[in-house]
This record gives sequence, C-alpha cells and structure tokens, in this order.
Amino acid sequence: MIDRDELLHVARLARLALRDDELDSTAAELSTILDHIATFDELDLGGVEPTAHVGDVDDSLRTDEVRASLPRDVALAPAPAVRDDGFLVPSPQGE
Amino acid sequence: MSEELQALSAADAAAAIAKGDLGRGELFEHYRARAASDELNAFTWVAESMPDSVDGPLGGVPIAVKDLFCTEGIPSQAGSKILAGYCPPYTATAVANLEAAGAPILGKTNQDEFAMGSSNENSAYGPVQNPWDRSRVPGGSSGGSAAAVAAGLAPWALGTDTGGSIRQPAALCGIVGLKPTYGAVSRYGMIAFASSLDSAGPLTRNVTDAALFYRHLVGRDSADATSVSFPEPIALPTSERLDGITLAVPAALVDGDGIEAGVRDSFEAALESARGLGATVVSCEIPSAPYALSAYYVIAPAEASSNLARFDGVRYGLRVDATNLDAMYTETRHDGFGDEVKRRILIGTYALSSGYYDAYYGRAQRVRTVVASELSAIFQTADFIVTPTSPTVAFGLGERTADPLAMYLSDLFTIPMSLAGTPAISIPSGLSDGLPVGLQICGPAFSENRILGAAHALERAIGFDGSSAWSAL
Amino acid sequence: MAGHELEPVIGLEIHVQLRTATKMFCGCALGFGEPPNTRTCPVCLGLPGALPVANAEAIHYGLMIGMALDSELAPVSTFHRKNYFYPDLPKGYQISQFDLPLCSGGKLGKVNIHRVHLEEDAAKLNHAGASGRIEGADSSIVDFNRGGTPLAEIVTEPELRSAEQVGEWLRLLRTTLRTLGVSDVNMEEGSLRCDANISLRPTGSDQLGTKTELKNMNSFRFIERGIRAEVERQRALIEEGESVTQETLHFDPKTESITSLRSKEEAHDYRYFPEPDLPPVVITEAMLARAAAELPELPAAREQRYIDELSLSPESARLFAWRAELADYFDAVRASEASLEPQQAANWVTELQGRLGDQEAVDSNVTAASLAKLASMVASATINQGGAKQVLDQLVEHGGEPEAIVAAEGLEAVGGADELAPIVAEALDANPELTERLRGGDMKPIGVIVGEVMKQTRGRADGKEVTALVRQQLGLS
Repeated sequence: MIDRDELLHVARLARLALRDDELDSTAAELSTILDHIATFDELDLGGVEPTAHVGDVDDSLRTDEVRASLPRDVALAPAPAVRDDGFLVPSPQGE
Repeated sequence: MSEELQALSAADAAAAIAKGDLGRGELFEHYRARAASDELNAFTWVAESMPDSVDGPLGGVPIAVKDLFCTEGIPSQAGSKILAGYCPPYTATAVANLEAAGAPILGKTNQDEFAMGSSNENSAYGPVQNPWDRSRVPGGSSGGSAAAVAAGLAPWALGTDTGGSIRQPAALCGIVGLKPTYGAVSRYGMIAFASSLDSAGPLTRNVTDAALFYRHLVGRDSADATSVSFPEPIALPTSERLDGITLAVPAALVDGDGIEAGVRDSFEAALESARGLGATVVSCEIPSAPYALSAYYVIAPAEASSNLARFDGVRYGLRVDATNLDAMYTETRHDGFGDEVKRRILIGTYALSSGYYDAYYGRAQRVRTVVASELSAIFQTADFIVTPTSPTVAFGLGERTADPLAMYLSDLFTIPMSLAGTPAISIPSGLSDGLPVGLQICGPAFSENRILGAAHALERAIGFDGSSAWSAL
Repeated sequence: MAGHELEPVIGLEIHVQLRTATKMFCGCALGFGEPPNTRTCPVCLGLPGALPVANAEAIHYGLMIGMALDSELAPVSTFHRKNYFYPDLPKGYQISQFDLPLCSGGKLGKVNIHRVHLEEDAAKLNHAGASGRIEGADSSIVDFNRGGTPLAEIVTEPELRSAEQVGEWLRLLRTTLRTLGVSDVNMEEGSLRCDANISLRPTGSDQLGTKTELKNMNSFRFIERGIRAEVERQRALIEEGESVTQETLHFDPKTESITSLRSKEEAHDYRYFPEPDLPPVVITEAMLARAAAELPELPAAREQRYIDELSLSPESARLFAWRAELADYFDAVRASEASLEPQQAANWVTELQGRLGDQEAVDSNVTAASLAKLASMVASATINQGGAKQVLDQLVEHGGEPEAIVAAEGLEAVGGADELAPIVAEALDANPELTERLRGGDMKPIGVIVGEVMKQTRGRADGKEVTALVRQQLGLS
C-alpha cells in the first residue's frame, strides 16, 4: 500500500512532477504492484546473505593512465542550453 | 536473386561473401531497402549507405542494433522522448566489437522505453507489430530487433535482456535469442536499465547465426568493471544428438495456471523431440521462482530509479524550461518519461527510501541469493533447465497495457536466470494457432557453448521454418 | 542549562583531493584551472551508457592514508550510490562508500579517526548574473572539469574541544597527507576542505547536544574564526534558554557572520545502495605491501627521531615534524654543514621562520646553504649573535651569501685577546669610578664597560669574551 502523501514524497525524491489527476490512479497502480511484491514476505530468508553483484571479477580496477577528454564543443553539443562554455541551468536557489 | 539472398542465413551470407559469390554492397543494399520500407515500425533509424570499411570475419553482414546502444553520431534514444534526437559522441563496446568483426550497422531498432516492457508498446516512437500477426505485439523490450529479424528486414540483430527482453520477443516472433552470462558482454555504451541484470545478446534466425554473432560480441572490456573474459572460444555448434544430456523441467512452474494450452503442447512436443535425440528429461523444483518475480520487480526498478536520474535536462536530451531548477527537473522528467518508466522510477525510489529499504530492496537481494543457489543446485545433477520461454504466445496490441501486473507476469520463466546471471537461449519450438512458441534452455554460468550445442540439435529435430513471416513486409 | 560550564564538541569531515593522474572513475586528467569543460568524457559527464571504473592509484592512496592514520583496512571494500539531484552531480548520484569504507577507525595525534572513505568530487557550479551571488542570480553555469576528481573523506570522532585545537590538528593532518604525497592539500585551491560539526554540552557530560554543520571553510584562519563564532552563537542561544537548530551553516569571514545554507531544504534521503557497476574491491596482500613500502616517515616518527638521534628539544622536534616543509629545510641546513650542532641549526631555522610569517622557509630568499653557513660562522665565532642576526635580516630581505654580507658590512667578530685587550683597557681607563667599584667586588657596572666595548667595536665583540677580559685585567678571578 502506498498512500497519496507517500507517493508525493517519493515523487519529490525522484524529481517527477505528478498532476493532481494522476495521483490517485498512480497510487492505486503502485499499491497493486507493491502488494504483489510483498508476497515474498512468505519466504524464510533467515541467514541468507544479500546478493548485490553476480559473478566474480578479479581485476576491476583501472590503471591511472590519462585518456583523451572530449573536445569541449562535442561535450556541449547535446546540451539544451549553453553559456560561457558551460552548461546553463536555472539557479538552484531561483524562484 | 532477391529471394535467394533473403533465404541465406547470416552465417551462410558471410560464407558466400568470403567465397566471392556475393558482394557485400549487394547484401547491405538488399536489407537496407527492406528496412527502409519497414511497415512494422521495427526501425527508428536506417542507414543511408554502407560504411566504407566492413572487413572482418562477419563478412559485411549488416546488423540491426537496439536503440539503447550508443552509436556515435547516430540517434540513440532508448525508445524515450527524453532522448529524442540524441546522438552520442561514442559507440558502445558491443557494437564496436561487431563492427570491428565486419558487421556494419543497418539501422537502430525500436524498443520499450529504457527496455521497460514486455510488448514494445512502451516506446515513445510507437508500438511494433508482430510480423506473424500485425494486430499482435512482438514482445519486448527488444521488440523491434525481434520483429526485424523475424520479418527478414535484417539478417540479425543486437538486443538486450534484463528480465527476458531478448528471449521473450524472440519466442513471440519465432526466432532465436541468446541472453548471455552476466558480464560476458560489455555493457559500456548500453543505456542502462538495471545494471546488475542487463545483458546484451544476439537475436538471429537460427542457432548457428547466434553462435557466430556471439563469438564476436563477448570479451572483457576495461571500460566495464563488471565484464569478464569468456573462458573459452565460442564454437559454431555441430551437435545433432542429446545423448547423455539431462534436461530438468521445473514442474510446478510449467504446470502453473497462467500457461496457455497451446504453449504447453508445444513444450511437451519439444521435450519429446529431446528424448528422441537421446536426452533424459527429469522434474525439478525452483521453489523461489514465484518470489523471483517480486525480487526482480524491486531490484530492476530500484537500479533504474538511480540510472535514470541522469536524465535531468542539464547536459543532453529534453528540457522543459522553467525559471527554477526544481521545476525544470520535475517538468522535464514528467514530460520526458512515459507512464511505465515513471511507474518503475516511483516503485524503485520507494523501495530504496528510508524505512523501506530492508523490507523491499534488502529482501529482494536475499531472494536473489536463494534463486541463484536453487538454480546452481539443479545444475549439480542436470545439464540444463528447460521451460517455455513465455507462458503465452504473442498477445494483442493494447490487450495488457491497462494492467501492468499482468504484463509483468509475462517474464515469469525468464526472470530466475536474469537474477542468477546465468545464460539462456530461446529457440522456436513450433506454432500454436499460427503463432510461434519459444523453448528456453538455461545452463550454468559460461555454459553458452553447451547451450548452443543443445539448441542446435533440437533446432534440427524441430525443423521450425520462419520464412512465412518474411512476406509480412 | 544556565549556570553550567559549556564545552564545545567538535568533529571534522575533511575532503582531500587525491593527486592521481586521472579522475576517480574515468581516464580524464585532473583539471585545475583549465578552460571550462575541457576535462570531460562520457563517464564524468554522466552520458547515457557510460560506466565508471575505479582508479587503482586512488585506492592505493586511500590505503596509504589508512596506514598513516593507523586505521583498520577493509579486506573488501564496496562503493555505494548516494542519490540526490543537483546540477553539479551529473549522474544524479555520487559514487561514494557506505557500510564498507576502505578504512575504519584510527588515530592521528590525540584525535581518533572514525573512518576514511573514497568518493568522487562534484563539478563546479558558477553562478551567473550580475551580482555573482547565488541569491541574486537566476541561472548558473556548470563546469565539469572538477567533477569526478578522487576524494578521500576523513571523518574524525567528535573529540576536538576548541578552535585552536582544530587548527593545530588540521596542520598535523595536512603535514601527514603532504608527507604521504597523496594530495596537494592546499586549502585555498580546494584540495583540502573541511566541514565542522559543532555542538555544546555541559562540561563533563557525555551527552551530545544538537549539532550544526559549518561548511567548506577554505583556510586555517577561517576555520578557527568560524568555529569560534559558531561556538559563541550556540552559547548565546543556550544561555538565553533557546535551542540550537540542526542545520548547515556558512561562515562569512568578511562579516564574521553565520548564515543558514539550506533552510528550505527537506530532510535528505540519499537512498544508498551498492553501486552495481562496480564489483567489490578486494584488497590484496600485494596492494597492502605496496602501500606499506611507499609509506614515508610520518610526523610522529620524525618528531621522535629528532629527539632521540639529534637531541633536539621537544619543542623544536614538534615544530619541525608537524610542519614537513620546515623539517625538510632543517634537514637541508644540516646536510649543508655537517659539523653544525643540530640544536644550533634548529635555533637558526626557528629564528628564520619567525621572520617569515606565513611564507615557507624553502620559498624564502634564504637558501638552506646560506643559513647553514651563517650558523657555522657563529659556531666558529667568526661572527657573533648580534652580527649574525643583522646578516639574517639582510638575507631575508635580499638573499645573497652570508660571507659577502659580513665582509661588505664589516661585521666580523672582533676576536681574540690581542685585538680586544687594548679596547677593554681603554674602556676601563675612561671610567675610573666604575673600575674602582668593580675592583671592590661590585659587579653591577660591568654592563656599562661591556657596552662601551661593543660601541667601540660596533657590536662585533663577543660579550662573554669582553667580560672575561675585564676580570682578567682587574685581577678578579
């Protein structure tokens, strides 16, 4: 179960706008899915370690060698807004 | 000539080019013309001409590439509006490996947005039609890749599988799809859905093509810390028998409610064929399988919620202008993501959030451990686990879109292997009411050569002919 | 609470930029002062499909730091994602460490270390707009050159009790890190950044009060002033019966004022989870052996060695050992004139540093060789203390060779009885009354006689030698 307030909190964390008319239907859909997921509560998982990665990797580290960076115009090319050779964004503190 | 060309498998075409019986340009143009006149909406971009340098063991046989692979200077949109028109400055390692082996890019194929879906209806670029019945879905999320190969619009295609996204559309479109061992194929340049599950693999007309394609796909990549080198070369399969091979059937799962009678019949017939080739069929249990679905629908959305945070309107992709940063973020993501993606971002964010982590994400990771150990236990006594790939044949467009949960259940048979990181192939086992049914063969990690061998033997015994779907164009 | 003595409880979080060749998770060269957005790649721009790969050298530096701080090193260390949105964070998460940091526990000086973990630095957000200040601007510009620079975050236990102690301890930490060679540790340039968690409690209590976090102070002076100001602010609140609010604060050194940084911000929920793109890092015996082999002599060991082997005073030993540049300079002075008494060399280095203020001796006009020469001229009585100090003043001002300065200024000591004896005799003759008193055993006037001799020799005579000659000439034993 997820209620409206929880949904709004989660949407806020995820930076997703939800319209008023999307709230109830979304909460209902998510609740159905979460209820189904909760069936795994039936499983006894005492003493079971969590798995975050499958497979064994021995040499996952990188040697400290410089590789070419992107030309700046290539880096900036897909940006929606650019100013002074940088990525332009609305101010974090703007109103 | 065109019909003869079309009839050549990718491996045969590569051989014909190597012998000098077929020109690379001729083959490329044949498929380019077919892809360009695609009516299934399988392609989101088609090359205008063959690149200059296409030397290599794959002989210039062109590949269709799922949209979510980054291809330098070519639109790579992952089926999402938020990446409309985005052309990356680099190419994914998997694609670069195939290009280096002599397979030029024919086009980019449609998919569910960020690979989230089992029907290809979650694409911002419209649904894909199944060439066997254009009122039905091709499966997903690699639906465009599967439909393109099945309809003969491409000789073969590159897809990705997170919970079944290669195997299920391969099954629904009557072709072969291989989900590799996790880590065997580099993920660098694959636009991520769920990083601990994502695997790139081939969708092909037959098992030999899959092996040839896969041979040039695998390899340790220093740009992907989770990639590993495959312990042996990938061989082209020659097996015609299954003597001494034990196939384990998870009885409770396969006898469950959701499975269609026609699918069960086709599966039983395939088992009979296997016995005829000398295989022993035994029953096994994967008690955690029903819970695997729950675990998957926590882990995949959780990782996705984080992987998709980078789509924030700052460096690339869609931006909805706003005077303050938060409004820019929330409106960009509201407009840029489709409903299913938003649903999974919300589920994943919830599952990781303070107070819920242990009950959802922590628990799901433990279920994952149980699933992997149950599969591993079965492989102690059996060579392979076999199941139908999908409980149903291709369903109607729009049939399941209103019920996300029903859609999730399409992945019931494919998800345990995804969680365990083990390889599995889907090959056609026949038709049910004129629609293809897939057989899934799964083995332990790095058993691809053996899986391909068994699949090759069964393919010959089953004798499936998918050429009737070529006329769908 | 009123009526109780209040004591500050201070814990530090220090971010250290590691001096690797490349960034933490990609092959871009580290960027300092390059034109904006010229040190980026798909990985550090967070482009779709790009994947991080951890820099082995950063892990190596992390292990060296852990060894230097006497931490417990994890046999297996994992990276986690810390999820939040901000324009300086291209992926929407920072790759950091959570429950399995590279180093746990440890101690430096008297302060216990809580943990040391590795993470990636954020990009730089430049505030556009006329005022250039965040509140006044309607937009910002992101430069990703800095984004992805390797950081070691060092977290202390809340054991510091004053701004002065923080300053002194941070200098020791800086010296330790500089000695290790893992960082430039330059606060002004941001390669060493310090946040302080500050609370007050009744002296002797073991409860912790509500803490505030003072962010990103970029010099030792500002840190000490900022902490002092925040301690006073909290003290005033508590004494007036008000409560301290848990918040993040900014200290403005210009106005000495403290402002809340993020008052509108909601409570954080970083949704940490294991970074699926990075397998756990297994710390091998070979990695540990390499880190141990490259570990240089650390300040505490150097301090002890100076006391044990060179018989330096504890004060000199600590002054140098906690300030590696100064100790290196001292070693260079000694190497230049092997016959120098170590403590004499130390005294002259201290004398020099006293004239330099914030400037390092090694960066001054005075080379180690010239300071050594000067010290040995004093030791051989070629020049006396007073003359030497005059020479040192000249060296600090203009540089040059001490012998040349001595010659040019005529500062050689007037040495030996032959030269001094007539001058002493002259001084006694000129002051018969004082001479009588001295003969009578009243030694008070001897200063006047010595002063007279100094005047005649323009300070070049040795005071002790003059005194001895006076006694000799007056027949006093």
